[in-house]
Amino acid sequence: MTKYIQPLPETHWLTRWRRAIFHGDLPWKWLIIAASILVMVLIFAVAEMLWRESADARTAFGFGFLTPTKTPNWDPVNDKFQSWPFIYGTLLTSLAAIVFALPISVGIAIFMSELCPEWLRLPLNWLVELLAAIPSVVYGLWGIFVFLPLVVAPIAQGLLYSLGAIPGIGSLFAGPVPVSGASRLGAALILTIMITPTITAVTRDVLLAIPNNQREASMALGSTQWESIWKVLLPYGLSGILGAVILGLGRALGETMAVTMVIGNSIEGTASLLRPGYTMASIIANEFAEAVTKLHSQSLIEIGLVLFFLTLILNMIARFLVWIVARKTPQEARA
Amino acid sequence: MTTTSSTITRFQQLIEKNQAAVSSRRKATNMIMLSITGLMTLLALVPLFWIVGYVIYKGGQYLNLDFFIHTPRPLGMEGGGVLNAIEGTLIISGLASLIAIPPGVLAAFYAANNSDTPLGTALRFSTDVLSGVPSIVIGLFVYALLVKPMGHFSGFAGAVAMAILMLPTIIRTTEEMLKLVPHTLREASLGLGAPEWRTSISVVLPAAMSGVATGILLSIARAAGETAPLLFTALGNERYDFLQIVQSGVAQKLGIFEIIKRVFNQPVDSLPLTLWKYAQQPYPERIQQSWAAALVLMIVILLINIFARLWVENRKRRLQG
Repeated sequence: MTKYIQPLPETHWLTRWRRAIFHGDLPWKWLIIAASILVMVLIFAVAEMLWRESADARTAFGFGFLTPTKTPNWDPVNDKFQSWPFIYGTLLTSLAAIVFALPISVGIAIFMSELCPEWLRLPLNWLVELLAAIPSVVYGLWGIFVFLPLVVAPIAQGLLYSLGAIPGIGSLFAGPVPVSGASRLGAALILTIMITPTITAVTRDVLLAIPNNQREASMALGSTQWESIWKVLLPYGLSGILGAVILGLGRALGETMAVTMVIGNSIEGTASLLRPGYTMASIIANEFAEAVTKLHSQSLIEIGLVLFFLTLILNMIARFLVWIVARKTPQEARA
Repeated sequence: MTTTSSTITRFQQLIEKNQAAVSSRRKATNMIMLSITGLMTLLALVPLFWIVGYVIYKGGQYLNLDFFIHTPRPLGMEGGGVLNAIEGTLIISGLASLIAIPPGVLAAFYAANNSDTPLGTALRFSTDVLSGVPSIVIGLFVYALLVKPMGHFSGFAGAVAMAILMLPTIIRTTEEMLKLVPHTLREASLGLGAPEWRTSISVVLPAAMSGVATGILLSIARAAGETAPLLFTALGNERYDFLQIVQSGVAQKLGIFEIIKRVFNQPVDSLPLTLWKYAQQPYPERIQQSWAAALVLMIVILLINIFARLWVENRKRRLQG
């Protein structure tokens, strides 16, 4: 007489569980979900880590750390830190870069999506993307030895003599221009080159996503090609282009190496675009490895935290704007 | 009667004249603005050719064999190279790929098949956000996460920072490539009774393999040029010599794991890091070496980019018929 072990009934949870495991789909699903969650966790981990590591600096300086100050107050010897010169430098260079890059990028995007022949589109696209592939340090090296003396210094002199005399905005263009050309203007111009591919790529995609009937309707009403671009296509894709700009701004805020190499790295009180300065990223790059006191390194981490949240918010807004355009236009609409 | 008709004709003449003037102005605006867009395109390409040309010109003068096969020598001595930096770049990129590829590809599978679920949306969103986080902030994060608890800078920490930077690129390109695989392939495999994981690994992934590999290559190229995240993770190390570490490890009869630990667990240099440090020194020979480093770095990265894009384009065309 043999005693059989009764197999578990089909409906028992253990049977189902066992089958699911050995079939392999459940573990696979968990695995890929875990990998996906890892990406999200990373972002929270970055925020949490920087928040925790900057605790002392936050309690020591409070909001005064971020508010505008008349005189620069960054004193590692006496442990007094306020980050306004860096915030100002970052905002000024990035905004100037956006102002320079926007017309260029939109021009390229219009040329690539509306004007250029089909065979030219792909190579052009590649060339613009190669511009984004060049490492940031190479930009910096070229910037120090070629771009600053040959391009930035003459432009800065020109601005000094033309706009520097105007009261009001003159303080933005006050001299003297450093002989080397290392200035916030140099950083802004390098950033212009570096963010142009970003803005161009998104703007081009936005323009390409606009349905053709918009173009046809505008042309049929008798407008010229430029008029239909300017009065129909650009307003149609406006929120997407705005998204592209904000994306570019995010990139400009976080750009470190090239800016550090050309901005001149000096903490002084002037507001001038033509004087050397500092940005948030470049002060971290320059001082963090050599920060001696705890408060010094914590202050630098707090600057990193601010930079992180700034780019985080900008990215969210940008993606949202681009998403609005993408949702507005069905994919099949453009023949 | 005659007066009214003449006023009408005169009025019409005026209208016509006006129209001609307006339309010629509109045509002129059209031409001018359209040519401006073309000029903008040329303007943007000027820095590209300028940088590439100048770096090739300068770097070409100072590049020699010593550059690749020697570690740095003290200033004033002839013939030092940056072997340590080249080794460091390879080690960091290699380890970073090992860390970043598995989760990246797995997450891409999720994103490709479940793009409309809440988690899929959240994944795409956080991938975008992560790719926008400044690389220097990633450097700070890894410093706080690894360097501070471990108590010293290391190539491993540098590789982790690089891996975080590579992750978004890997996920996005892999997802795109997986989506290009025809649905019929998937369905055929599922129809034959293969479970989902088997279909993904043995059918979909091989079909998309060359595209996925290209995407990974692109992300490595991007990471290899980054400096900011290495500043306070890998730090830099002029005395790093891979061969010597391995040889001394073997001579001391250490286990393989101990040797691997020695390779990764100390500060290493990388090409962009060396370039940055040398460019700030006042010595002409250092600056010459940084031009040579720029040339090597730029050529490798541009070539990877060009070939990867050619490959992807070719493949897309083939898959779309």
